[in-house]
Amino acid sequence: MSQTWPLPVGLKLADYHKSISNQQPTQAIIPTQGEHLIIPLLQHSGAKPHLEIALGDYVYKGQLLAKPQGNISAGVHASTSGTIVAIEPHVIAHNSGLADLCVVLEADGKDDWGNTRLPRLDYQQTDLKTLVNRVRECGVVGLGGAVFPTDVKLNVRQPVTTLILNGAECEPYITCDDRLMREHAAEIIAGAQIILHMIQAEQCLIGIEDNKPEAISAMQQAVSAIADKRFEVVTIPTIYPSGGKKQLTYILTGKEVPSGGRGGDAGALCINVGTTRSVYQAIVQGEPLIHRYVTVSGEAIKQAGNFEVPLGLPMSRLIAAAQGSTISEPWLTMGGSMMPLPLVSPQIPVVKATNCLLVRPPPNTEVVMPCIRCGRCAEVCPVSLLPQQLYWYARSKEMEQVERYHLFDCIECGCCSYVCPSHIPLVDYYRFAKAEIKAQRDTRHKAEVARTRHEFRQERIERVQREKAEKLAKHKTALKEQESSSKEGTAETDAKKAAIQAALERAKAKKAQQANTTSSSTEGSA
Amino acid sequence: MNPHYTVAQVMQQVLLALIPGIAVMLWFFGWGVITNLVLASLFALTFEALMLYMRKRPLQPFLTDYSALLTACLLALALPPYAPWWLIAVGMLFAIVLAKHLYGGLGYNPFNPAMIGYAALLVSFPLEMTLWPSASGGFGVLDLGSTLSKVFGSGLSNWDAYTHATALDSMKIGLNLHQTPSQLMQTEGMGLIGSQGWEWVNLAFLVGGAWMLYKRVITWHIPIAVLLGLTLLATLFWLYSPNHYPNPLFHLLSGATMLGAFFIATDPVTASTTPLGKVIFGLGIGGLVYVIRTWGGYPDAIAFAVIVMNMAVPLLDSYTQPRVYGRKRSL
Ligand code: SF4
Ligand code: SF4
Repeated sequence: MSQTWPLPVGLKLADYHKSISNQQPTQAIIPTQGEHLIIPLLQHSGAKPHLEIALGDYVYKGQLLAKPQGNISAGVHASTSGTIVAIEPHVIAHNSGLADLCVVLEADGKDDWGNTRLPRLDYQQTDLKTLVNRVRECGVVGLGGAVFPTDVKLNVRQPVTTLILNGAECEPYITCDDRLMREHAAEIIAGAQIILHMIQAEQCLIGIEDNKPEAISAMQQAVSAIADKRFEVVTIPTIYPSGGKKQLTYILTGKEVPSGGRGGDAGALCINVGTTRSVYQAIVQGEPLIHRYVTVSGEAIKQAGNFEVPLGLPMSRLIAAAQGSTISEPWLTMGGSMMPLPLVSPQIPVVKATNCLLVRPPPNTEVVMPCIRCGRCAEVCPVSLLPQQLYWYARSKEMEQVERYHLFDCIECGCCSYVCPSHIPLVDYYRFAKAEIKAQRDTRHKAEVARTRHEFRQERIERVQREKAEKLAKHKTALKEQESSSKEGTAETDAKKAAIQAALERAKAKKAQQANTTSSSTEGSA
Repeated sequence: MNPHYTVAQVMQQVLLALIPGIAVMLWFFGWGVITNLVLASLFALTFEALMLYMRKRPLQPFLTDYSALLTACLLALALPPYAPWWLIAVGMLFAIVLAKHLYGGLGYNPFNPAMIGYAALLVSFPLEMTLWPSASGGFGVLDLGSTLSKVFGSGLSNWDAYTHATALDSMKIGLNLHQTPSQLMQTEGMGLIGSQGWEWVNLAFLVGGAWMLYKRVITWHIPIAVLLGLTLLATLFWLYSPNHYPNPLFHLLSGATMLGAFFIATDPVTASTTPLGKVIFGLGIGGLVYVIRTWGGYPDAIAFAVIVMNMAVPLLDSYTQPRVYGRKRSL
């Protein structure tokens, strides 16, 4: 059993609400005929993929809808067969609550793959580039919530000794990874073998919190079935937020990911178990990422459970699949209760980042009191920030100070808000401040670009003018030179000229002589 | 592990933790302790409500947050029992109006309100502030009727008979007269190891403080650092010359040491908030308490020590940021 390093702090949440949803096996939802799936193009952090289909097209399940663009991007695929009935902005699950471009797919109920499945790749016989490209084309992104394109992670820049499989799932309510590990342990391990091969890592540590004994034993069985010495299932204590990738890296290796760095910088790559299975499906089965496990839970849902959901399915359909809500206007959020993302409409579709839908009674708005600087928030912050200072400066919009107190190291885990006796929604302030700073940087960047562009233009105009002037000047001197050169002339013309000149002179002299005589005569006459 | 308190609950817990100390004080000093507490609470709530009204803040959440009540109790326990009503009123005026609301109310005050109230009174009314009744035990020196007439002004002609220089006072005066601490410990008003009665009062506040630690209402940093700072200096000087300096236990168990360490210095709003900052803040208070008690002009020193260290808090907080995950230690 390998050693673990305990988190310096963190929360022991008394009630994890996990048993509500982890009892029954996962049910797959298949879209029925006429049902609309709303598939956002941008479901990952990175560049928006490029649309490959047109309105009215018929698509098969798994067909590419949008192709990755740029370095950090991921493909998007049809999650069932049917017709494209709209390509339009739609409200999606996002902090901003803004609409984004979506493809609306009307299912035909056949759920027909056609022949869109890609050929199976034997990873041991395939070069890294092809494997990475397959992962990218299949739209595999981190399913733990960060939705970072996985191909970028697997295309490692430096040697990574350890692959960490994240099965910690520390958020309250969420059990989709728990069920996934119980139900698809073999596929997860197979995916991990592919990843180990791709990043050339020596070992694979699978971190699972001790409140998931069934998942632990399922994974252990899968590991012993393949008899691969590189694998080890590590049971870790149930403490929030052990499932954060930086926290889990520390717990399993004792190493910290440097601030602003990637996991690889600590010699370990941390990948969610769901993502690992998607890698397996992409490489071995040739299937893109078109569905995921989603937990539907909360106090206001009739039959909580886990569902394998095609991406794009509206949340309302999930609620229906879970026997509906017990109250008329429940409060819908995505993610666990520690970092919930409020959903403004039940029509918001499931995306790759959707790990959990919570259906709860609206929260009773507790009076927010002033910060009493009690420091409880700082006591629990797993990153050792000073949340109260961040709050203070975020509130007064002193963004420089906020950055001095390392705002961007905040993992938005919500521990501070959870313990704050004044009920201050601290994380909301940090999200706001981060967005604000990014916007400022953006405008600064844009201004910079505009300025350089302006300067460039100015310079170009000046250059053109200068060049014109120079040309003119050159032209002038050229003319002058021509003049003078025509004066001086060549030897030949010189002789001619001289002759002419001489002749002229002679004529002049003659004239002068004549004139002299006449003038003298006229002088005399005058 | 990390209980989920509201502001009101935090304050409530602190108030509850005061009970053992209050009970022992009641035993030694009698009704005057109660009149102090009741009057201070009434004035505090009145001023709080008035200020909230004037500042157009909602009354209900702030009046029920127990913060004004806590300020009142802390000041009431620091004042000599049987303090006249107007003294308490003036003290609460300073504490609630000046030190708290003029700075923006709960959470915004840089100085500990109770200690500002105490310091202001000590400077303005030194006589009234040093008239401590002798710790007689057996539920105090005066019955309820005499207590009320003392508090509400008709006074007591023979009040002097009941009052006594506090042990800290006698120790200081005695030492100035070149008596040794051990000689002084034999005199009236001294207890076994600290001043009479006060040993028990301090122990009772220590119990309350330990309970707060157990309930995780406060962390260990500040109280332990205060006691450590005081003990360190006291031990140093005592070892250097036991004939000139009383032993550290005397300091630990006299005056408002435990009340200060566990209840006053730990006021979250005005204390440092980083772990290291809290330790330095506490050490500073403990050290200053010793210095002021030994060489300063005032007998007890908690108020001034706390106020001085309050001033250092912004600096402490900013220079003692903990090392953030994934970063090198930076200043
Ligand atoms: S927990 Fe809340 S009240 Fe306490 S210091 Fe942090 S922000 Fe302030
Ligand atoms: S949300 Fe940020 S500041 Fe709050 S506890 Fe988590 S990491 Fe610390």
